Amino acid sequence: MLEIRELHASIGDKEILRGVNLTVKPGEVHAIMGPNGSGKSTLSSVIAGREEYQVTSGDVLWDGKSILELAPEERAHLGLFLGFQYPVEIPGVSVSNFVKTALNAVRAARGEEALDASSMLKKMREALQLLEMDKGFLSRSLNEGFSGGEKKRNEIFQMAMLEPRLAILDETDSGLDIDALRIVAQGVNGLRSAKASFVVITHYQRLLDYIIPDVVHVLLNGRIVKVGDKSLAYALEERGYDWIKKEVE
Amino acid sequence: MSQDELLQEVTATDYKYGFYTDIETDRMDAGLNEDVIRRISAKKMEPQWMTEWRLEAYRIWLEMVEPEWANVNYQKVNFQAISYYAAPVKKQINSLDEVDPELLKTFEKLGISLNEQKRLSGVAMDIIVDSVSVATTFKKTLAEKGVIFCSMSEAIQEHPELVKKYLGTVIPRTDNYYAALNSAVFTDGSFCYIPKGVRCPMELSTYFRINEANTGQFERTLLVADEGSFVSYLEGCTAPQRDENQLHAAVVELVALDHAEIKYSTVQNWYPGDAEGKGGVYNFVTKRGICEAYAKISWTQVETGSAVTWKYPSCILKGDYSIGEFYSVALTNHHQQADTGTKMIHLGRNTKSTIISKGISAGQSHNSYRGLVRMGPRAENSRNFSQCDSLLMGDRCGAHTFPYIEVKNSTARTEHEATTSKIGEDQIFYCQQRGLNMEAAIALIINGYAKDVLNQLPMEFAVEAQKLLAISLEGSVG
Repeated sequence: MLEIRELHASIGDKEILRGVNLTVKPGEVHAIMGPNGSGKSTLSSVIAGREEYQVTSGDVLWDGKSILELAPEERAHLGLFLGFQYPVEIPGVSVSNFVKTALNAVRAARGEEALDASSMLKKMREALQLLEMDKGFLSRSLNEGFSGGEKKRNEIFQMAMLEPRLAILDETDSGLDIDALRIVAQGVNGLRSAKASFVVITHYQRLLDYIIPDVVHVLLNGRIVKVGDKSLAYALEERGYDWIKKEVE
Repeated sequence: MSQDELLQEVTATDYKYGFYTDIETDRMDAGLNEDVIRRISAKKMEPQWMTEWRLEAYRIWLEMVEPEWANVNYQKVNFQAISYYAAPVKKQINSLDEVDPELLKTFEKLGISLNEQKRLSGVAMDIIVDSVSVATTFKKTLAEKGVIFCSMSEAIQEHPELVKKYLGTVIPRTDNYYAALNSAVFTDGSFCYIPKGVRCPMELSTYFRINEANTGQFERTLLVADEGSFVSYLEGCTAPQRDENQLHAAVVELVALDHAEIKYSTVQNWYPGDAEGKGGVYNFVTKRGICEAYAKISWTQVETGSAVTWKYPSCILKGDYSIGEFYSVALTNHHQQADTGTKMIHLGRNTKSTIISKGISAGQSHNSYRGLVRMGPRAENSRNFSQCDSLLMGDRCGAHTFPYIEVKNSTARTEHEATTSKIGEDQIFYCQQRGLNMEAAIALIINGYAKDVLNQLPMEFAVEAQKLLAISLEGSVG
């Protein structure tokens, strides 16, 4: 469903992605690992359509069609979700209001009617349960005063509400303690299905103990240099990235 | 799209209410002197004392100098080039059918057709078009409770004792340049009296509208809430598009006697001028209320219009245990300039005031908060809390805060908090990623920012205000 072909992207004069290839099929979970500065977050931003990155060559296909010309919201309407590494605060906008507005915007774009209040509430309750979150959470200002763990759970909560076809989780595990990590993973696993695909971007192997990936990619200097299964993640955890760097050279 | 282009697109918008109603008007030639004032007074068939009151105000005004301390720049007003009286000719209105169809169309364009308003949630409206009231509804229901809600001209005729007793007591003619001018030449406005112990059964609403070109608009509003009464008053404003600047210098006086409460809400979206800063309304308004013991006055304003705004709805907390509140959202775009805020004058013991001010600046506009909190020597245990936030869009606008605090009683406490923030590209992208387009994203962020103030407005007004904030910033006008 997602196919990235020889993708080159830069910010300003600096080229960050230098020919990325990646294919994600429906129902698959892919992990992208790599050291700091390897281009992981750039990759997720480019897929989601952030303006400050320029795609210089290559393509990103969704169901076989290029999405590079689409606005970020149009990509969201297709079913793309990005779990942010640093979710922003929007003071005065409650979690429930935000999620409701977002879900109805996506529905409207797809020609569906707005969800009525009781269905919306029911859906929110289910999503809260999945993430072991309290109902009081809904009336808080979006991400304002949230702990690191709450912010990440909020991302997964939104994902559960929006039911994307492809979710990219950008370092969702960073800054999480082991309990929060377990809950976040539980949220993701609860949403796994034959139709939903995930790209999990992470530094560490530990998240992958909970979310078992089908494929592990190693991103280094803007290129995917190694592809393997779960065991690759363990190898990285044990031996670091240096041996891969040497292999590549 | 770069951040700059994005802001350009978002902040480039046309005034939605720029149209001109072609109705017959009875209009005085431009110019101001004692004779003009006598003619205004005569046209309105006012009693002698009123004429004298006006003339005295005019003489005071002549001695005064136009103030220049506000943080605004504009072409000075030529007071001799203004016509001080314009009234629609067809005046006697008994039912809506008799209202000029052109006027009704105007109201429909504004989305407040009288027919609809009448059906809606029992809002009584005293409509002012170019200084003269043309329709008042729901008078009967109000009369049953003893509530007087009428035009100022009518009040001068029908309730001279009340007008005489309270007019100019909160804002004396000597108060300031524009208040003196208003006292001399005001042509109409609203008058409201709530008797002792009465809770006004409906929200009272007035829509002001400046219509004739070059007509200064000088409304005079007086609200008196007698002991233990309550009233909620809504004021909404729009003005059609004009090239020349129009002066608007209203005076609003509120009197809350012991244990009375007045809630005064304003949504103001007068013509702000075009994208180059040409045209627009000058809004130099004096609004003030006085609270006797245990009384409360709450000002809520959403200001999105006018080229230049100069406005400080204030409270004199004279009685012990009285309460003053000020909730404000002021949005400026293009070349608009707003210098607005409040004064909380604590005179009595155990008085309390709250100030929540939210400024939003976009385009090349300048938005200033100016506020005074004064704790008098008798104001034992009095408290104030002030929160002044500024939100900037783009890098060509300005936000300024001028808080003045004077404390003359050692047991009084004041707190002042202020923040400045920018709508970030990050916030917009975050919303877009969740499926909102850019305009929806900005509307959501702005309304979240202004929530504390919008929550103070009556429901239907809050919805209108939310839309107005969005419209004032969006690139497409619906």
